[in-house]
Amino acid sequence: MASFSSDIRPIIGRGPSLIARSFFLVVISIGLMVADHRYHYLDNVRQVMSVVVYPVQWIVDMPSRVTHWMYDSFADRNRLRTENEALTAALRDAKLDLQTLATLKEENQRLRELQEAANTISEKRVIARIMRVDLDPLRHRVVLNKGQVDGVYKGQAILDTQGVFGQITQVGRYTSEAILISDPEHAIPVRVNRSGLRTIAEGTGATGKLNLPFLTSEADIKPGDLLIASGLGGIFPPGYPVAEVTKVERSPSETFATVEAKPTALLDRDYEVMLIWYQPQEFETFAQSDKKATRPDAKGRKP
Amino acid sequence: MMPDRIGWLRILWTSAIALLLTIAPLPDAINAARPDWLLLLVIYWTLNAPLLAGLSYAWICGLLMDALVGTLLGQYALTFVVIAAVAHRFQLRMRIFPVLQQAAIVLLLVLLYHWLLYVISGFAGEQFSSWLRWLPAVAGALFWPLLVSVLDTVNRLSK
Repeated sequence: MASFSSDIRPIIGRGPSLIARSFFLVVISIGLMVADHRYHYLDNVRQVMSVVVYPVQWIVDMPSRVTHWMYDSFADRNRLRTENEALTAALRDAKLDLQTLATLKEENQRLRELQEAANTISEKRVIARIMRVDLDPLRHRVVLNKGQVDGVYKGQAILDTQGVFGQITQVGRYTSEAILISDPEHAIPVRVNRSGLRTIAEGTGATGKLNLPFLTSEADIKPGDLLIASGLGGIFPPGYPVAEVTKVERSPSETFATVEAKPTALLDRDYEVMLIWYQPQEFETFAQSDKKATRPDAKGRKP
Repeated sequence: MMPDRIGWLRILWTSAIALLLTIAPLPDAINAARPDWLLLLVIYWTLNAPLLAGLSYAWICGLLMDALVGTLLGQYALTFVVIAAVAHRFQLRMRIFPVLQQAAIVLLLVLLYHWLLYVISGFAGEQFSSWLRWLPAVAGALFWPLLVSVLDTVNRLSK
């Protein structure tokens, strides 16, 4: 093996001993971890570091950007026409749906005013692109190309066109990290659309499967039921579809039923997702008093 | 000193490439077996340039990993320092080993590294186990001879 000519001298015996120096650095690292985990002091440090590693993410993401650009630039006429036709058809259908929606929305608003329960689904939304960057394969996390400069905040809900996608876990300056609803550390409060039954859907680590561990054997749920966000955690706006129940197993000897569901969002195929600014009423006072800190653990992630 | 400056540059750009490889997209089938490139590199430079690539170098590499992929700030910094300290302790012995024997020791080091990460994630309450967790150690040991031959060639050419 080749080695540098100046490297032959042993490093031991010069300066503080190896043990002392490694001990020092280990203690600093543990201090960092405690400060980060317990007290969330290090959000600013994280932001600075996210800027340092941004070029790395940018370079790794480049091939994906270039292919998309090429795909758009060198599209032939045929493909553009078929795409255009499909989009026109989709838009027509959507417009038809919207006509009824407008009247429903007004009616809903009127009813809500009667009940004095204003709904505050905010209108602000921003499209973010998922950077083609692989993080830990065992966890379902992605990097988005929007960060603090775009107003992204920790705990922000992410949707795609089909349903709930995940939430923001870390905000960097130009990028942010998101956790998918299928991550084993994620849980989302849901409601069964048909029966109104409330429960929690946990990620399993497989993109096509969520687990509903807290349903008793008598619970009113069956395969094909749509699960929608209940809005209880204060993170996800209520009403958006989350998953469809695929399997219900009731065994007489067990207290709880085994229920599985398939996320409606295209978790592993999305290229662009939507960040929405949602501030539920009952959480507003809380958010104002504690703006900098993270939302509590009731927000949808497991404690 | 001139050789030192050249050495530093070389360590810097190889580390940058290792960082790129750490998050470069791979097909799902082999993603879990991605070798820990930056850790392998830290071990390599610890054996081959122990005066330049000291513990602080390992610590900074660990911090970069934390910024790039970590959930808890400091977890990679800690594990990198521990592995580098062990490698420093045995570097005089390890660098005269034949490359296959080195690969076996690298396997142990990377296993230790993943075990430490596992323990730390347990303290942070985010632990979940899967046998996939240990695959990168095997991949790292398999790729070690390749890494050594490439970097040795680089070193020889830039002398």
